[in-house]
Amino acid sequence: MKFTLSWLKSHLQTDASVDEIADALTDLGLEVEGIENPIEKLRPFTIGYVNSAVKHPDADKLRVCQVQTDEGEKQIICGAPNAREGITVVVAKPGVYVPGIDTTIGVGKIRGIESFGMMASEREMELSDEHDGIIELPSGEIGQSFADYLAEHDPAKVDPVIEIAITPNRPDALGVSGIARDLAARGLGTLKARDVTAVPENGASAIGVSIDDDTLDGCPVFCGRLIKGVKNGPSPQWLQDQLRAIGLRPISFLVDVTNWFTYDLNRPLHVFDADKLAGNLRVHRAIGGEEIVALDDKTYTLSVGQMAISDDNGVQSIAGIMGGLETGCTDETVNVFVESAYWNPVQIAYAGRALKINSDARYRFERGIDPAFTPEGLEHAVRMIVDHAGGEASEVVTAGAVPDTARAYKLDTDRVVSLVGMEIPAQTQRQTLTDLGFVLDGDQANVPSWRPDVQGEADLVEEVARIASLTKLVGKPLPRMAGIAKPVLTPMQKRLTTARRTTAALGYNEAVTYSFIDQKAAELFGGGTDATMLANPISSEMSHMRPNLLPGLLQAAARNQARGFMDVSLFEAGPAWHGGEPGEQHDQVAGILVGRTGPKDVHGEMRPVDVYDVKADIEAVLASMGAPAKVQILRGGSDWWHPGRHGQICLGPKKVLGVFGELHPKILAAMGVKGPAMAFTIFPAEIPLPRKSSATRPALKATDLQAVERDFAFVVDADVEALTLVNAAAGADKALISDVRVFDEFIGGSLGEGRKSLAITVRLQPRDATLTEKDIEAVGAKIIEKVNKATGGELRG
Amino acid sequence: MTDLRTKYLSLIAEAQDAAVLEDLRVQAVGKKGEISLQMRELGKMTPEQRQEAGPMLNALKNEINSALAAKKEALEDAVLNERLRTEWLDVTLPSRGRPAGTLHPISQVWEEVTAIFADMGFSVAEGPQIESDWYNFDALNIPGHHPARAEMDTFYTHRAEGDDRPPHVLRTHTSPVQIRSMEANGAPIRVICPGRVYRADYDQTHTPMFHQVEGLALDKNISMANLKWVLEEFVKAFFEVDDVELRFRASHFPFTEPSAEVDIRCSWEGGTLKVGEGDDWLEILGSGMVHPKVIAAGGIDPDVYQGFAFGVGIDRIAMLKYGIPDLRAFFDSDLRWLRHYGFASLDQPNLAGGLTR
Repeated sequence: MKFTLSWLKSHLQTDASVDEIADALTDLGLEVEGIENPIEKLRPFTIGYVNSAVKHPDADKLRVCQVQTDEGEKQIICGAPNAREGITVVVAKPGVYVPGIDTTIGVGKIRGIESFGMMASEREMELSDEHDGIIELPSGEIGQSFADYLAEHDPAKVDPVIEIAITPNRPDALGVSGIARDLAARGLGTLKARDVTAVPENGASAIGVSIDDDTLDGCPVFCGRLIKGVKNGPSPQWLQDQLRAIGLRPISFLVDVTNWFTYDLNRPLHVFDADKLAGNLRVHRAIGGEEIVALDDKTYTLSVGQMAISDDNGVQSIAGIMGGLETGCTDETVNVFVESAYWNPVQIAYAGRALKINSDARYRFERGIDPAFTPEGLEHAVRMIVDHAGGEASEVVTAGAVPDTARAYKLDTDRVVSLVGMEIPAQTQRQTLTDLGFVLDGDQANVPSWRPDVQGEADLVEEVARIASLTKLVGKPLPRMAGIAKPVLTPMQKRLTTARRTTAALGYNEAVTYSFIDQKAAELFGGGTDATMLANPISSEMSHMRPNLLPGLLQAAARNQARGFMDVSLFEAGPAWHGGEPGEQHDQVAGILVGRTGPKDVHGEMRPVDVYDVKADIEAVLASMGAPAKVQILRGGSDWWHPGRHGQICLGPKKVLGVFGELHPKILAAMGVKGPAMAFTIFPAEIPLPRKSSATRPALKATDLQAVERDFAFVVDADVEALTLVNAAAGADKALISDVRVFDEFIGGSLGEGRKSLAITVRLQPRDATLTEKDIEAVGAKIIEKVNKATGGELRG
Repeated sequence: MTDLRTKYLSLIAEAQDAAVLEDLRVQAVGKKGEISLQMRELGKMTPEQRQEAGPMLNALKNEINSALAAKKEALEDAVLNERLRTEWLDVTLPSRGRPAGTLHPISQVWEEVTAIFADMGFSVAEGPQIESDWYNFDALNIPGHHPARAEMDTFYTHRAEGDDRPPHVLRTHTSPVQIRSMEANGAPIRVICPGRVYRADYDQTHTPMFHQVEGLALDKNISMANLKWVLEEFVKAFFEVDDVELRFRASHFPFTEPSAEVDIRCSWEGGTLKVGEGDDWLEILGSGMVHPKVIAAGGIDPDVYQGFAFGVGIDRIAMLKYGIPDLRAFFDSDLRWLRHYGFASLDQPNLAGGLTR
């Protein structure tokens, strides 16, 4: 919303400066987004007088002028056709910035003759588009600031323009009058009443208006008046100036009037060329399919139920949004029908959104204009039209009736103080509301018709608080809970925090990738279905909610590889989606290792990453999150894993805590990642919560008795899994065997195809007495037996 | 005896290696060594002679033994020193690789914000990111026709043909978690709700996903002045400055009434933000007193309970605090960026040690 200072002052008697007004507006909730004060950029320009002008010896179109300035006579070369002796001009001396050509003037030579400045045109000072010649002033003293001259002789040219942001709840501030009312309530001046003397009614209107019964809820009232014999044409200068200042293009007087009242009193109007209308106007709902070419030259097709204004020939206006081109006013219009109606905000919002029309009218009607002002707004417009363009106005034609918006809410002044936390005296509160147009009746505040946003007591609090100024609010301590602050994180929150820090400690860089990915990538990881699809993605790269964190990480790896970083370790902890309903989301912690373990190094330790790297990492992260140490490792994970090189870390076949392994080569190819690539995914919610809450540890059972280690090597089939063998060995004597470790694997060779040897170290920790050779032999035999039974393995000879 | 002493001490001193030394030991104090033989003679002496010769022999034996031990250690040291001299390594060679990972600034700031609000008694709530439009809009006093719905650039989820329910949305703010927290816990309540939020907007300063933290406090007499204090304390603690000036500006949010935008006093010298001083104001968050309709939507009686809510952009305050220029880079996973702006795994923020290292 833009307006000029003088426009504001037509509604507000005030001596406040632009800065004071701007500060107050921002504080009141009408945030100033910009102030354009042309006087600032014009200040360095001064007035001069051309003492003489002679043709440049080397250029036909240039003149060498001697110009009297406040710094004496200066020589200025000028190419303007009107540069001649005896005119008063505007001079930009060297060092002055000229906004219209974005240049700072310097001393220069033009075709060999020195020039000490420039004489300016209106366009060069951004005053208008006028550039036929330099400015010739009818008066003005040499040396006077051009800004001061304009302020005195042509104030519209230096009228500061203020632009404010209007929050959706303040339709009343979409008119300059409403802004003035807020400032007056703040104490920055006095609101000027804008009364209108109604134009006498002269005969019946040839055009009648009706509203269909089923449309009355969308258009409760429609007022119109026919004015015959107007003389349309350009608007008076002041009106053109104001419209231009706020960025609107003057069109013709009749059209300009509607635009001006839209901004001045927040009263959108429409003018029909009465001679182009056939019969009466009817406000009705579209049956669907009606077409209309609107004032923006575009053709719109109405849908069932949208409101329209039609004559005998069909739809002539999209109600409350945009008029029709065919019946619009032109310079030739002599008979005009002026419309002032009230349209239901919700219905306009839906229709405007559906038709995708953004007009000033829609913007205001969907926020809610003052319905009670509908007849009076018409009077204002008719008065202005008749006064300037002549003509005879008919009687007022009214269909429907002004809707009753009367309502009152209790002003609880104590509650206001309690909510805001600022001592605002009851009398001040009442005065504030009165100044804003509320009518107080005891403790009941009657809401003015122009404030559709006020719908309860809380809104009264807001009005009082913002006029009192929230800038003045002084903070008051929020009472603290007694004692030391209690921990607040849930076990899951702690778990994710720990997982992040542990994974980072293992050398991974944490990434945060988008929650939505492309369908192809989602499909590779078990998603990409319609359930998780967005209806309006911003691009096809972001169309589906991610089913898994790995595709996002792999895409990130590919981007890094494209930048020349081939070895990547990334992780992310965040949500993934298994459905499209609220709650069909679960947390994951996922990491990838791509390429080699590190750069080439002098110690020769660099090698391609492998499954046992990510296995170590997932074990460390799971342990930090409180997962039990004793788990099963099962195969049969999802398709994106290398079928033979992954493991699911499980507590039972259905309780998968996490998966680790090598990614399927086809996945890597599809995602453009140069492998090898290892990955892990953890499902934090699957990790059981610890059963007991006590911090006490069980007592340490250390013994002084010597532990004994014995090695065994078994020959088994190549597909026997080490964990099976280890578990079998450990089960031979659970009390005595404290640890079983695999320390060697040898495949094939002399053992023959499909066979391998696994060597384990078994640690025996006696508790009661030192082990004898006999004890050790007995356990050894048991181990061999158990392993044989579980794996078919024989002790290697 | 003096001759023996002189002889052996000088021989020991001259010994060049361990073998020579061992020979000397055998000659002198071995079973059949000269000193041992002399000690055997003691038995044949008169008690008076023995009284005199005994201690002298013992002293001689001890002295020789000490000399042997000292020489032995000296010889060993010489050998060791010679070995060490050859064991020279170029210690300027690179160390063995030990990859250092990093935490994303969003995680770090999440923990910083949590630490501050936990101290003020706020717990942490989270909620679904695909939301029903009731939780995202209606419950927050944003009815279907409200212009705010259109202005929020909402992402909607796909609806299958024939499914006439209104589409779900990707939550446009973390405010729905307010409602869910009120439903779950009732009042009084103090909670912050951090998380991902979504708006269909992508340009220099907007990404379709970003992070917010919402705060909610309800009790019987919480005021907007309390809100201002909480935010002042938060800003001071977060930006680690002693004093800060906050400016409340009246504004409008459908879910609060009165509403205020909050600016902090700051300066931008040479492109660097300094919080708490200077002549500029920086808008950092929106806030207000929770609208009675919102309190009621959360199942709490708005005639009994009142309080405030606020929402801050986590990415935004991370950018401000750590001087990170471009929001879009947060989600690009460029390793150079992650390493440069990331945090070490053990840099865990806490109030005792300060939020930043």
